[in-house]
Amino acid sequence: MTSHYCPHTPQEIREMLDAIGVASIEELFAPIPAELRAKTFNLPAGMSEFETLARMQQLAADNCSQLSLFIGGGFYDHLIPAAVDHLAGRAEFYTAYTPYQPECSQGTLQALFEYQTAICRLTGLEVSNASLYDGATAVAEGALMALRATNRNRLLVDGCINPASRQVLKTYLSNLDVEIVELPPLDGLLNRPALAQELDDRVAALLVQYPNIFGCVEDFSPVAEQVHAAGGLLVTAVYPVALGMLKSPAEIGADIAVGDGQSLGNPLSFGGPSFGFIAAKKAYIRNMPGRIVGETVDKNGQRGFVLTLQAREQHIKRHKATSNICSNQSLCALRGLIFLSALGREGLTELAQLNYDKAQYAKASLAAIPGVTVLQSAPSFNEFTVSLPKSADQVVGALLAKGIVAGLPLGQYFEGSENLMVVTVTEKRSRKEIDLLVRELEVALCN
Amino acid sequence: MQLIFEQSVPGRKGVMLPASDVPRAAALPEGLRRAEPAALPELSELDLVRHFTNLSRRNFSVDTHFYPLGSCTMKYNAKVLENAANLFAPLHPLTALLPGGSDLCQGALGMLYDLAQMLADITGMDEVTAQPLAGAHGEMTGMLLIAAYHKAKGNQKKYVVVPDSSHGTNPASAAMVGYEIITIPTAPYGDMDMELFKQAMNSEVAAVMMTCPNTLGLFNPHIKEIADIAHSHDALMYYDGANLNAIMGKVRPGDVGFDVIHVNLHKTFGTPHGGGGPGSGPVGVKKALVPFLPMPCIVHDDDSGQLRVQTDSPQSIGRTANFFGNFGVMVKAYAYMIMLGREGLIQVSEQAVLNANYIKEKLKGYFELPYDQTCMHEAVFSASRQLEHGVHAIDIAKFLIDKGYHPPTVYFPLIVKEAIMIEPTETESKQTLDAFIEIMIEAAQLAESDPAAFAAMPVSMPVTRLDETKAAREQNVCCVG
Repeated sequence: MTSHYCPHTPQEIREMLDAIGVASIEELFAPIPAELRAKTFNLPAGMSEFETLARMQQLAADNCSQLSLFIGGGFYDHLIPAAVDHLAGRAEFYTAYTPYQPECSQGTLQALFEYQTAICRLTGLEVSNASLYDGATAVAEGALMALRATNRNRLLVDGCINPASRQVLKTYLSNLDVEIVELPPLDGLLNRPALAQELDDRVAALLVQYPNIFGCVEDFSPVAEQVHAAGGLLVTAVYPVALGMLKSPAEIGADIAVGDGQSLGNPLSFGGPSFGFIAAKKAYIRNMPGRIVGETVDKNGQRGFVLTLQAREQHIKRHKATSNICSNQSLCALRGLIFLSALGREGLTELAQLNYDKAQYAKASLAAIPGVTVLQSAPSFNEFTVSLPKSADQVVGALLAKGIVAGLPLGQYFEGSENLMVVTVTEKRSRKEIDLLVRELEVALCN
Repeated sequence: MQLIFEQSVPGRKGVMLPASDVPRAAALPEGLRRAEPAALPELSELDLVRHFTNLSRRNFSVDTHFYPLGSCTMKYNAKVLENAANLFAPLHPLTALLPGGSDLCQGALGMLYDLAQMLADITGMDEVTAQPLAGAHGEMTGMLLIAAYHKAKGNQKKYVVVPDSSHGTNPASAAMVGYEIITIPTAPYGDMDMELFKQAMNSEVAAVMMTCPNTLGLFNPHIKEIADIAHSHDALMYYDGANLNAIMGKVRPGDVGFDVIHVNLHKTFGTPHGGGGPGSGPVGVKKALVPFLPMPCIVHDDDSGQLRVQTDSPQSIGRTANFFGNFGVMVKAYAYMIMLGREGLIQVSEQAVLNANYIKEKLKGYFELPYDQTCMHEAVFSASRQLEHGVHAIDIAKFLIDKGYHPPTVYFPLIVKEAIMIEPTETESKQTLDAFIEIMIEAAQLAESDPAAFAAMPVSMPVTRLDETKAAREQNVCCVG
């Protein structure tokens, strides 16, 4: 049978078998002992691409894609300029692989070098790798990097970091000789008294996030000094769109910055693919995980780019590598670069301002509902926590039936937080949608 | 080519954002605001489009060039898969965790559920988690599952056994989970040395990680015996699915004694490699390991007939990634599987093996074939004959670039001197293979007639050979300015 993905005709197969000197394709599988051969293989029969797409459309129709999203929690509903899809959709980018042969991969390599530059400029730090898997695994990799760099084995983790990231961190480190101390949130903020108590000369790093899971933004500059004085590193998880407005990790004094790049030109796509980023002070470059692209010259002195410092990596160092990561999220990182380049210096600032203004408008409007209070312990960017007079699950459930995802209930993550909910407002939410959220929330609270 | 940052003109913009429809809010306190906007590139949409379009033209890719990169399965990526993935773009992953939310994502959950079942059937495993985000991430997840299994049984385990032909990710993944590595050399017959393997096994071995067919493209006929020996020490068998493209419908790793497997959707199941990712590395396990699978997972609620998300389970290893995995990649792999179907996937493996053997036969008169046996989906040569004339595997790679071919993997597996690892995949026509064979023969002939000619290659690319030492020494990894 000739198919469009396996193009040989029966005649060609015959010729090839003759060239090999076997009578049938089956003979090529002779090295597999008969008793080991598959006895079942139960997949359904195949179909045309048209029927396949129809089946996929049917599946997609079983989802509700018309929701008004006021939910974030690590993944954000942002605008994506058309150029991002078109340029990242160039097959020369998306059907290539890791640029092992630099001369015929300068497109990918230069793009990744530019991506690294964009991440460095966004975070203010000096070095970046070519991407990690996602924001949560980037937190874990950032922690591992700090453990290697300091040769210590204790981590302090702000309990205000996204719970999913904290869970991934725990899973990653579960079999290593590392002590993880979680500092329970204090009024939606880093628990500074607990920090003072736990910080000692065994601490490799303090891990914080801003804005944190409650949406709060606090100034970690004094904390950076405190951690450095104890010989540890500050690892910050950041939301890159917020860096259009907020102090960069470098301005705070962070040594390593990590985050999820979904908000930079990658669709929600039910949670992936996105990309993780990691940037650091140059002193730590040899402890960095994953691919790094470096600038160099060719034999004629012309500028070019290569994968560099590969002696850190698994294909050379095997079990002594800085990480096991091989495939990363290159194409998503490319989308991030195109997104940041389309917005540019002013555009990202403008985008951050839009997010901030809309969220502050929503915050004030929701705070005006009787019985609703807003967590006021710190300023917010585009997410904030509200306290409801009844269960947030119940309220979110009621609004979901009306096509509104009102927020992320916190009860599942923090004990005694059943009435708390984090509301996210991106630039995509119109004033009309915000007003509708407020009205429907009022209705839900009356019922 | 200029960097995009070097084309920047202050005040220019590549996109216009919608005007604000809310009042300007009072500014954040100064102590929280950044001093200067990030110095991102400033250029018009057209200049942006030209920059990236021209960059893309400096790449070889499957759509433009034959790309027989061994161990990476660079098959053609059907265009309809891209259309399919776009259908799910607006779906927020946390919706599924809200009260009543899973009802609004039944299509997405259904796809995840079916995908896991199909992968379980293909690999002979009992359950599959699709959370791991790449092959190496799958390996690490698998090692965490194995560690959890031993911990629950009270087993004291310290080591993971890997053959020296393994991918570097195998020992690196095991090390990330805290295991020490025992490496078993390859015997002259091309598989892990059985005697040395038997000697290495003891009660402290947690797992044996195998790639089968291995990175020499050879199927290990003793695999069942290896599994039996491992199991006699309560060590689990881990299957690196990087080479699954060779055996679909022919062998199911679960049937021959493997307990844990990862598959690379971007290799076997036709999703594009994206210049280095995103991939996807679902992990399949046998029943004994099911309780330890990561969360969240998708469960079928028999009462309502609906699919739900389960967020915790007492023995779970926890979470290995943020949400459900690289969902968009899975959509493509799922569409690929239902499109090809049972017969189509069997045909994939058959023709992948046919193509590799065809190249092997046609080239073995010209290049050293260190393990001269029927291979599976890839053939590993050595440039040792060419080296006698001073021509290395890397020189042949550069020659191929000038001829319009992406080179095969070179210098891997590490156990073959001057390795040239060719994986043609099933999607290439006989004409493409014949043309490639011709060019490889030309390379072999040139190595004899004019070995000095290789030094300057490639000459047809935007850059010639690059100074990697300078890159590593100077560590210029971002554009300062």
